[in-house]
Amino acid sequence: MSHRRLKASQYLILLLVALCAPLGDSCLSRGMSMMPAISLAHPLLLLQAVFTPWIAGGILLLIAFFACYLTALSWADLTYVLPTTAFGYVLIALLGRFWLHEHISPMRWAGILLITLGVGFVAQGPSRTESETASGEGEQA
Amino acid sequence: MMAGWVAGLPPGFWPGAGMIVAVSITSTIGEVLTAAAMKSIGDLDDIRAHSGLTGAIRAVLTCPLFFVGVSFLSMAFFALLFALNHLDLSLAAPASASLTLVTNAIAAKLFLHENVDRRRWLAAGLVCVGVYLIAH
Repeated sequence: MSHRRLKASQYLILLLVALCAPLGDSCLSRGMSMMPAISLAHPLLLLQAVFTPWIAGGILLLIAFFACYLTALSWADLTYVLPTTAFGYVLIALLGRFWLHEHISPMRWAGILLITLGVGFVAQGPSRTESETASGEGEQA
Repeated sequence: MMAGWVAGLPPGFWPGAGMIVAVSITSTIGEVLTAAAMKSIGDLDDIRAHSGLTGAIRAVLTCPLFFVGVSFLSMAFFALLFALNHLDLSLAAPASASLTLVTNAIAAKLFLHENVDRRRWLAAGLVCVGVYLIAH
């Protein structure tokens, strides 16, 4: 299975990988900041937290992320998929800029530029490389 | 802040660095084992086309390597929580995330035999610095 070009559905999976993780994290941190301080003396509060809408939503998004991430790893290299997860930071920063009108510092713009360049480099190459040498059972390219 | 690191190491530098390295190592082991598990299972889209979503889920859940990988990933999660308890969020999260990108590229080349060519090294470096800048 050494498809050099990914199918549209596979790009969709990669987009979901990039989007679900940071969105899920944001939901979790928003939900946890709305909870009262949780001490070890009242661990049940943590269980309660799981059923608040923001935290439940965050957990669902992270489950979706993990499912998409595993799917992507089943047909692409780890060094191809990982930069994609970093691209999520870029998407979130841009969402914050153009949707919530947040300020982005020059440092963060530089970070956005570097990640985008890095992802662009990897995306230009093949998505799967190891099978050509490791196993001969795949079809010849 | 970087200048302070170079000029004179602040107290608590080595424990802090140790915690970040611990997060990166456990998370790299977890990522590589999970990736190896998924590669051994084969294309999940094909499996789903043949035996449905339950077949795909069964294929993942019957792979022992997957659970070893996930155990390391959860160890990495708790190592990060521990680090966050002692270090600043603005340092610990981006530092461990960007260090992990580089260690993952090295481990993927060594253990998964991925062809990490110049393009991918460059990308790992760019993304590593970028993640640090964007999250710091």
